[in-house]
Amino acid sequence: MALAFDEFGRPFIIIKEQEQKSRLRGLDAQKANISAGKAVARILRTSLGPKGMDKMLQSPDGDVTITNDGATILEQMDADNQIAKLMVELSRSQDYEIGDGTTGVVVMAGALLEQAEKLLERGIHPIRIAEGYEMASRIAVEHLERIAQEFEFGVNNIEPLVQTCMTTLSSKIVNRCKRSLAEIAVKAVLAVADIERKDVNLDLIKVEGKVGGKLEDTELIDGIVVDKDMSHPQMPKRIENAKIAILTCPFEPPKPKTKHKVDIDTVEKFQTLRQQEQKYFDDMVKKCKDVGATLVICQWGFDDEANHLLMHRNLPAVRWVGGVELELIAIATGGRIVPRFQELTPEKLGKAGLVREKSFGTTKDRMLYIEQCANSRAVTIFIRGGNKMMIEETKRSLHDALCVARNLIRNNSIVYGGGSAEISCSIAVEAAADRYPGVEQYAVRAFADALDSIAMALAENSGLQPIETLSAVKAQQIKENNPCCGIDCNDVGTNDMREQNVFETLIGKQQQILLATQVVKMILKIDDVISPSDY
Amino acid sequence: MAVDKLFKDEATEEKGERARMASFVGAMAIADLVKATLGPKGMDKVLQSTGRGRSVTVTNDGATILKSLHIDNPAAKVLVDISKVQDDEVGDGTTSVVVLAGELLREAEKLVAAKIHPMTVISGYRMAAECARNALLQRVMDNKDDAERFKADLMKIAMTTLSSKILSQDKEHFAKLAVDAVMRLKGSTNLEAIQIIKKPGGSLKDSFIDEGFILDKKMGIGQPKRIENAKILVANTAMDTDKVKIYGARVRVDSMSRVAQIEGAEKEKMKEKVQKIIAHGTNCFVNRQLIYNFPEELFADAGILAIEHADFDGIERLALVTGGEIASTFDNPESFKLGHCKLIEEIMIGEDKLIHFSGVEMGQACTIVLRGASFHVLDEAERSLHDALCVISQTVVDSRVLLGGGWPEMVMAKEVDELARRTPGKKSHAIEAFSRALQAIPTTIADNAGLDSAELISQLRAEHHKEGCTAGIDILSGAVGGMEKLGISESFKVKQAVLLSATEAAEMILRVDEIITCAPRKREDRM
Repeated sequence: MALAFDEFGRPFIIIKEQEQKSRLRGLDAQKANISAGKAVARILRTSLGPKGMDKMLQSPDGDVTITNDGATILEQMDADNQIAKLMVELSRSQDYEIGDGTTGVVVMAGALLEQAEKLLERGIHPIRIAEGYEMASRIAVEHLERIAQEFEFGVNNIEPLVQTCMTTLSSKIVNRCKRSLAEIAVKAVLAVADIERKDVNLDLIKVEGKVGGKLEDTELIDGIVVDKDMSHPQMPKRIENAKIAILTCPFEPPKPKTKHKVDIDTVEKFQTLRQQEQKYFDDMVKKCKDVGATLVICQWGFDDEANHLLMHRNLPAVRWVGGVELELIAIATGGRIVPRFQELTPEKLGKAGLVREKSFGTTKDRMLYIEQCANSRAVTIFIRGGNKMMIEETKRSLHDALCVARNLIRNNSIVYGGGSAEISCSIAVEAAADRYPGVEQYAVRAFADALDSIAMALAENSGLQPIETLSAVKAQQIKENNPCCGIDCNDVGTNDMREQNVFETLIGKQQQILLATQVVKMILKIDDVISPSDY
Repeated sequence: MAVDKLFKDEATEEKGERARMASFVGAMAIADLVKATLGPKGMDKVLQSTGRGRSVTVTNDGATILKSLHIDNPAAKVLVDISKVQDDEVGDGTTSVVVLAGELLREAEKLVAAKIHPMTVISGYRMAAECARNALLQRVMDNKDDAERFKADLMKIAMTTLSSKILSQDKEHFAKLAVDAVMRLKGSTNLEAIQIIKKPGGSLKDSFIDEGFILDKKMGIGQPKRIENAKILVANTAMDTDKVKIYGARVRVDSMSRVAQIEGAEKEKMKEKVQKIIAHGTNCFVNRQLIYNFPEELFADAGILAIEHADFDGIERLALVTGGEIASTFDNPESFKLGHCKLIEEIMIGEDKLIHFSGVEMGQACTIVLRGASFHVLDEAERSLHDALCVISQTVVDSRVLLGGGWPEMVMAKEVDELARRTPGKKSHAIEAFSRALQAIPTTIADNAGLDSAELISQLRAEHHKEGCTAGIDILSGAVGGMEKLGISESFKVKQAVLLSATEAAEMILRVDEIITCAPRKREDRM
């Protein structure tokens, strides 16, 4: 621990409780941070690509998650190191922004750190390295734009979109039926997409899972699935041309917010109160019936008496429907959410062609399907699978696929996958490096090497000879001037990613490079780590 | 400089070979645990709970055993999970699915040790599973159109399922019970409508299915014990103190006489309610909630049988069988549907009095009364019967049927073997391994029965190379026999679920190359 001394040679204390803090300074701090970042990247490195492996994570409560989604792994692994936490943040921001490439971004950052370490050993100042990386990343991003291609698709021609989603899904455990899942994802996104504004609200896509059955049974439902059943066992299980009253008020006497007391001191008052109460219940049901509703969906519960009255008036009802689901139902059926019975009018009712209850398996699980809605802008993807972990993983994979499809609708530029974009960028950065006069030149070259290492990890995970494969592909790219050559992970027999139909979105790739560079810059700039030491 | 602390304290990380080993070992340990319960001669396990009372469960049901275990190994948890799902989805085959997944991993371990990449193994397994499924699809029998033969199929399936359980002695009897019960559901898979009542005493043979409905309740005192042509009102309403539900209401009085008045009014209200119920013309009133003494007395005066505190399932079933509505308000007697039955009477089973509704209108629900020497026997009998009911009800939906006794495994193994011979590359090793794993199931069945498995399996394999073979293991005679003749069948749906979930689980575990275990959450001492 370094101490400061005043002019009389007495030590004085700068930091509160200084003797209890451990402190790393200068090169030591940078090296420690780099090795922590590398350790995180090393965990994810084997999950990259279509032949990447999964990780099994056991949470503090003993629940098991099996996944190969970078963001999920990092989030669940409970990192303690501050730099490791930065990497976790990095993959999370990629997840929020793009939704895919969460593993790639961390591996990229790890590779950049590794290169930076070598440069530091040569005595190059960290800030110069950071600046060099910044320049290189700009070159890479510009180059990506140059090699990017416009990607043609239409509402009737969804095949290209499906192909892209398949690339995303092929690295997941669900790749057994990637074709059907990709189609589901694309159809779902197109159903909710606003093509003119080029925007997709993914909140309108509900992903619901139920254990049992097999993955192939996963389906896209043009409507909403709610994990609830009718409030009364004898209500009809199937309603055609339903008019739905969507209520957020309970079937109960009102509860004014102001505190009040109703004192009962005479028999007459008791009687009137009783009659009031009965009338109230009757009125509520009558109002629903009067506006012509044939189904009541209520956010709150209602007690046995109201339940029976509804049943008696032949008005099926669903209770305890969550707020989010209620909103989705309202969007899908074109109804309005009604907070008070008095405001119920026929125009505010939602319409659905078919509402049915479906039961699963041997247990008493039932779900409510609301289909053929007036406004088909809300859809549900209903996942089936062998076990809970499988469903969770499928949900995550589908989320990635949905995000990719959304990004393509927002911006239809693509680059080719399989490491081809990285290799191409690496060549461009390498070529540009010589034009920089300063020390930054080394950093720019190091950036190119880091880009190579992503392609190398891909090859390694696919069981290929990494160095041999990479150099062969690189040579081919330069010779044929073809930026579509990548690593042939699936052993198809061609290096041309255009033929293999492997693409990724341009913004996804750009974001990866920019985010990774930013984080690495941040880590490099730290030269002092002060932390409370262990007790 | 090495990073000494990437994770929080006590969190552990296992990588590569070690991680794979940990999951293989965990999964195989679980598979071996339940292995001995497989097949008609499988043994039972005793489970003792750590909770108060140290209650003991004796069972042979894979799902029940695994559910009760506290497992720390994450891979083992995957297996427990698939067995639970198998139980929820098809009800039977819970042991087989774990054993098959365990065998698949055992074979995979050998392959990985021989330097074959797990991903190659997975793609081989996938091809094999697809091929095996197709092999089964080609050989299924479907007798849906022929009601007689379909029923015979159901009987056979029920008997096969029951033969590995405690009920095997009386399997014919119980198979008949189960098939009858499911046939009454008329295609619905809602097993809630089949009520199982357990009463210790007598022997398992004395168990019976009742056409009508039995409610495990006593009748009110002083009320008729026998009602013919009953009109039943099924209700879910408060018959104790009917509270005023308007928020903030409270009773405030200033003298004793007022208290009496209010009390009178309350009584009056209850009396009115009872009057309304009586006005429905009912002579039997079944309520889910309590009935206090006062209304009970009123009912008794009116000659109405009042039954209180029937549980939710009870009234739902009762409504189902008698065709009545479940009521909570009683203002419109004219438009209300009452349930009907010919006769209500109190019956005795063993020492307990029960209420028996017979001659019901709609026979959709029914009751099975299980008798047996002890609670343990009854519990196990219930689980076994539940398995049988599940399988049969699923078969009613998907009527495809296969032969049993290891026949489907041998058929699949043969096809998969042939696929292995046609497939070039390292994958063929994995496909071959899949076939070996499939054969492990009949091997285990034979081993558990104390037979010479090596001899039997090789005989069986030879038999299966003939066209249209129906050979399987006949446990009783300890030899290879024709399964069709012996009447051993299994449901296609169960077999398919076993095959697919076991492969899925094995694949999942194989794909893992790193296990990160977080520090267990500290329990706060609330003592």
